[in-house]
Amino acid sequence: MSSLVSWDFRTDKVLQAIREGKRLDARAFDQYRKINIVKNISENADGSARVKIGETDVIVGVKMITSTPFPDSPDAGTLNVGVELLPIASPTFEAGPPDKESIELARVVDRGIRESKCLDFKEWSIEEGTLCWTAFVDIYALNHDGNLFDAAALASIVSLLETKMPKLEDKKIVKGEYKGKIKLSRKPLLCTFAKIANSVVADPSLPEEKAQSARFSVAVTEDDYLTAFQKGGLGSFTASEIDSAIDIALKNTKEIRKQI
Amino acid sequence: MAAKKKEEKTEFVNKQGKRLDGRTTDQVRPIKIQVGVVPRADGSCYLEWGQNKVIAAVYGPRECLPKHTASPYKAVVRYSYRMATFSVPDRKNPKPGRRDIEISKVSSEAFERAIFTERFPNTAIDIFVEVLDSNAGTRIAALTCAAVAVADAGIPMRDLISGVAVGKAGGKIIVDMNKFEEDAPDAVDIPMAILPNTEEIVLLQMDGLLSKKEWLEARGKAFEAIKQVYELQKQALLKKYEQPVEAAENGGVVQ
Repeated sequence: MSSLVSWDFRTDKVLQAIREGKRLDARAFDQYRKINIVKNISENADGSARVKIGETDVIVGVKMITSTPFPDSPDAGTLNVGVELLPIASPTFEAGPPDKESIELARVVDRGIRESKCLDFKEWSIEEGTLCWTAFVDIYALNHDGNLFDAAALASIVSLLETKMPKLEDKKIVKGEYKGKIKLSRKPLLCTFAKIANSVVADPSLPEEKAQSARFSVAVTEDDYLTAFQKGGLGSFTASEIDSAIDIALKNTKEIRKQI
Repeated sequence: MAAKKKEEKTEFVNKQGKRLDGRTTDQVRPIKIQVGVVPRADGSCYLEWGQNKVIAAVYGPRECLPKHTASPYKAVVRYSYRMATFSVPDRKNPKPGRRDIEISKVSSEAFERAIFTERFPNTAIDIFVEVLDSNAGTRIAALTCAAVAVADAGIPMRDLISGVAVGKAGGKIIVDMNKFEEDAPDAVDIPMAILPNTEEIVLLQMDGLLSKKEWLEARGKAFEAIKQVYELQKQALLKKYEQPVEAAENGGVVQ
């Protein structure tokens, strides 16, 4: 499965199909695979979710932790997104500290959420300058079948929507007791596109990712704001490809959001 | 954040269309480019962009170590974006952070498109950029500087890479934001780099709340500004190489 020869062969198949205006799994160019969302999969997390996009499988757990605020924002809490690309998920993932792939993924998910201003960090201040809430959003890939970006971002937002705020007594967290859910004013979602040959397709599968020359992700909100871009990969996009990807993202997220 | 509260009423562009530092909305800060500043490097460049100061050196194509990281099909481009400890208001930890690693990744991917990497299988092209002083837009200043250094190294490229960071502050789309503008409460930052002749986008990032309409305006302004940056890069290279290549420093590899 993981041999180079087999992938070269599949890459050729993907390219051939795309040039004929088709995808190997018979989807339209702007069509997502089936999305499956399960909420609250962990008893110990303050919020959690498992998201599948096709065979791609991601779990996210949120922990609300008290911490010291950043010196440049003493009256605000913060968000911390981490990604573990478990060796379980793919023969190409290795154990060890986060590499550049997982750092990029975490930072793009973080930007999409943070920049949508959906979380009011001021509300997470406990004592100015000394104590605040930090939401640790930790993303674990369980199976990599392409488009971990969108699965991770979707699982993160679903988890945050389910996240309960722990109770505080004498500035200490009371384990297992909560005072309601945290507030989110928006639901930003990420949409990722692959450039394959001279076409751009939404929600690339793993064989499509192997055949892609470049990747473009855009985070969008329900009120049609764009909150993050990220171009990755060795190739390039034209301006009109970016523009049409944005339009497709605005359209697709309307459907995906109904499932949250 | 205390400073941000004050800025909420700040007018970033006045009625005359001038910004707080006197620039128009389309105006790029002054750029100074000097080619061939590191004698031992295969190619190098020093660039000042407003208050940003960056230096870049290029080594390669050279042996790719460790060997399992090499590709039998092409050269591997390794790009290292780092900030000097004293280049920011606080002291930056010299250990590369997540931001440094992400910027290095997307920048190396931009160069993979620009360089004819397939001509140099099993080798590495190492690009090192150090930010010596910063005031918003350092990743683009670094990339612009590095592109000139790669050209100075005589490495064949499809095109130079030229870029600019466009954005929004106080509801106005502006080109090449400075740090004060970048800290606006509604700030949007869009670093963008293209191959200027084909207008292919090789680096694009964004953070902030931006409408589709604003993106189209920002993109248009970015392409205009990038043309100016590209001219300055070419002029800097011409200044070193307008004499015959053989007569110039022997740093450039002649194919």
